[in-house]
Amino acid sequence: MLVADRVIAIAIMALSAYFMWHATALPIGWNGMTGGPGGGAFPFWLSLIMLLSAGGVLFRSLGQERTSQHFFDSHTLRSVIAVVVSLFVTIALIPIVGSYVALPLFIFWYLRVFGGHGWILTGSLTVSTPVFLFFFFEVTLRILLPKGLTEPLFFPLYAMFF
Amino acid sequence: MDTLALLADGFATSLSPINLLIVILGVTAGLFIGAMPGLGSVNGVAIVLPLTFIVPPSSAIILLCAIYYGAMYGGAISSILLGIPGASTAVATTFDGRPMAQQGKAGLALIAAAVASFVGGTISVVLFTLFAVPLADLALAFGPAEEFALVLMAFTTFVGLGGDDKLKTIIMICLGLVLSTVGLDLISGQPRLVFGDLPGFYSGISFLVLAIGVYGIGEILYTIETSRTAPQVTPAKITLRELGDGIRTMNKMWRTMSLGSFLGFFVGMLPAAGATPAALMAYGIARSTSKNPTSFGKGNIEGVAAPETANNAASTGSLLPMLTLGIPGSPTTALLLGGMVMWGLMPGPMLFIEQPDFVWGLISSLYTANFAAVAINIALIPLFVWALRMPFTVLCALVIVLCIVGGFAPSQKMHDVWLIAGFGVAGYLLRKADYPLAPLVLALVLGPLMEKSFRQTLIAEQGNVLAFIERPLSGAFIAIAALFFVLPLVKYLRKGGVRSIAPAE
Repeated sequence: MLVADRVIAIAIMALSAYFMWHATALPIGWNGMTGGPGGGAFPFWLSLIMLLSAGGVLFRSLGQERTSQHFFDSHTLRSVIAVVVSLFVTIALIPIVGSYVALPLFIFWYLRVFGGHGWILTGSLTVSTPVFLFFFFEVTLRILLPKGLTEPLFFPLYAMFF
Repeated sequence: MDTLALLADGFATSLSPINLLIVILGVTAGLFIGAMPGLGSVNGVAIVLPLTFIVPPSSAIILLCAIYYGAMYGGAISSILLGIPGASTAVATTFDGRPMAQQGKAGLALIAAAVASFVGGTISVVLFTLFAVPLADLALAFGPAEEFALVLMAFTTFVGLGGDDKLKTIIMICLGLVLSTVGLDLISGQPRLVFGDLPGFYSGISFLVLAIGVYGIGEILYTIETSRTAPQVTPAKITLRELGDGIRTMNKMWRTMSLGSFLGFFVGMLPAAGATPAALMAYGIARSTSKNPTSFGKGNIEGVAAPETANNAASTGSLLPMLTLGIPGSPTTALLLGGMVMWGLMPGPMLFIEQPDFVWGLISSLYTANFAAVAINIALIPLFVWALRMPFTVLCALVIVLCIVGGFAPSQKMHDVWLIAGFGVAGYLLRKADYPLAPLVLALVLGPLMEKSFRQTLIAEQGNVLAFIERPLSGAFIAIAALFFVLPLVKYLRKGGVRSIAPAE
């Protein structure tokens, strides 16, 4: 827990420094011409406060005893990483193979492999979710979801509903 | 009497068939979302917001408010039947709700929760109606200086009154404010913090992206570890006789319920407090003023009624500053505010003048939502018992898919979907490390207003920083803000002083 606390504090400090570096692209000081601070001032000084506060969290943790409580137990860590990786893979696949392949694939993986559910439940949700998404977003809201390679397969459906 | 006439006009809007249908739909969805362990009103509103494009803006807000309301009722259901709070706001309901269910009085506990929620909701909506106009009138006198001071005060309540680690709270406020500056500078129009000219950042980071990431993906990751085993659902059946008995029992508890309602309403208005502390406080007061305090925690029906009135009253209370001042009183109302801005309805006093139909339609829909929620809640109890048996993995998979598609829909950019995934993982880790997330979301929503009002004031006053203190209203707000900020510091120093003396003794 203590190690995780320190790592997160250091990460926030690094992030604040990174924000400050980007904020200097615009004036961060007092602008004499218009009155008031320049465009970069708000992000710059707030990032500095963030940096100092995270430094405070880090400094405080140095005086604390190591506790036996863990940030992650191995089972939690494994499930969380599995879900996060599958999420990233799904998002990466969407522009390539399209939402209507990537999302059912994700549901199938999550229910069948990760959740260990039966074929009937997995199958019905894997099929019904994309159908619902198509009718809700594409037909009703006219928001086209990315389809990637599968775009030509949808031409007859477009012709039917638009 | 003016208010009554306006409210009557409002009912003309909210009682139209389409809006009635929307309220019923929203309340039902909210009840299910609230009943699911792990998902509360804020998750529900974040996940459903992108789907509300399907109805016109004013109806969309009514829908979201109905979901908010329904979720507040629904939170009690899993507190009682599973012993796991359906949302953090229903934590106090488990104290006596769970023992009641174990004693075979689950039905009575559910009725008590629904009736108490109804009483809390109704009393607070009446208070809301009474306070809305005077507060909006007061807010009409606000210039940019007052706006800045008020936002500052909202943030300092997190530092002074919030129960979380002070340093971590400050970090989250600053992070939210910095993230809100991403995009084009309001005054000069130049791009800033675009991180190596990534085009996706030019339009800024939408509150919706952060909210779906943190409250959608992040929440699911968080619940993965808590819901490893399928929970034990206590069966509950409700007969008409039980319903009558329940209502008669509740009729004896007016003192507890009205106390809970007033407490909840005023605590709910504070950005840092909200429904969870309000419910805990109401529970504490009900126990300490009871004739029989030892029966609390062992299945006392008053221990269900008190927190349930307070958390519903608090949810209405947090709507008041959002609608009248444009300063949300809770993360959920921050999302409602973001949604309203997205639809071109700028909350604040001008909304009462420019869009009275919308405002009073919304307020009156809170009345109808209350009636709908209590009726649907009691009628659908068997359905909730069934739904709570649903394996958690099914819910997770569907919520993640909704987050991906819902994140893509408003802007239609994959950039936002990646941000959602990133915020989800970051939000999960931060939450595990005890960083509070509510100030982050509030800061991202209020950031643009805070910076704009700060710089507008300084430009108008030719760079005179004292302008914030010289104006009476803004000066008062700044003074309160300073007090909230200094409060924990004083406490800390006093404790530090005691510690330094201790070894000498």
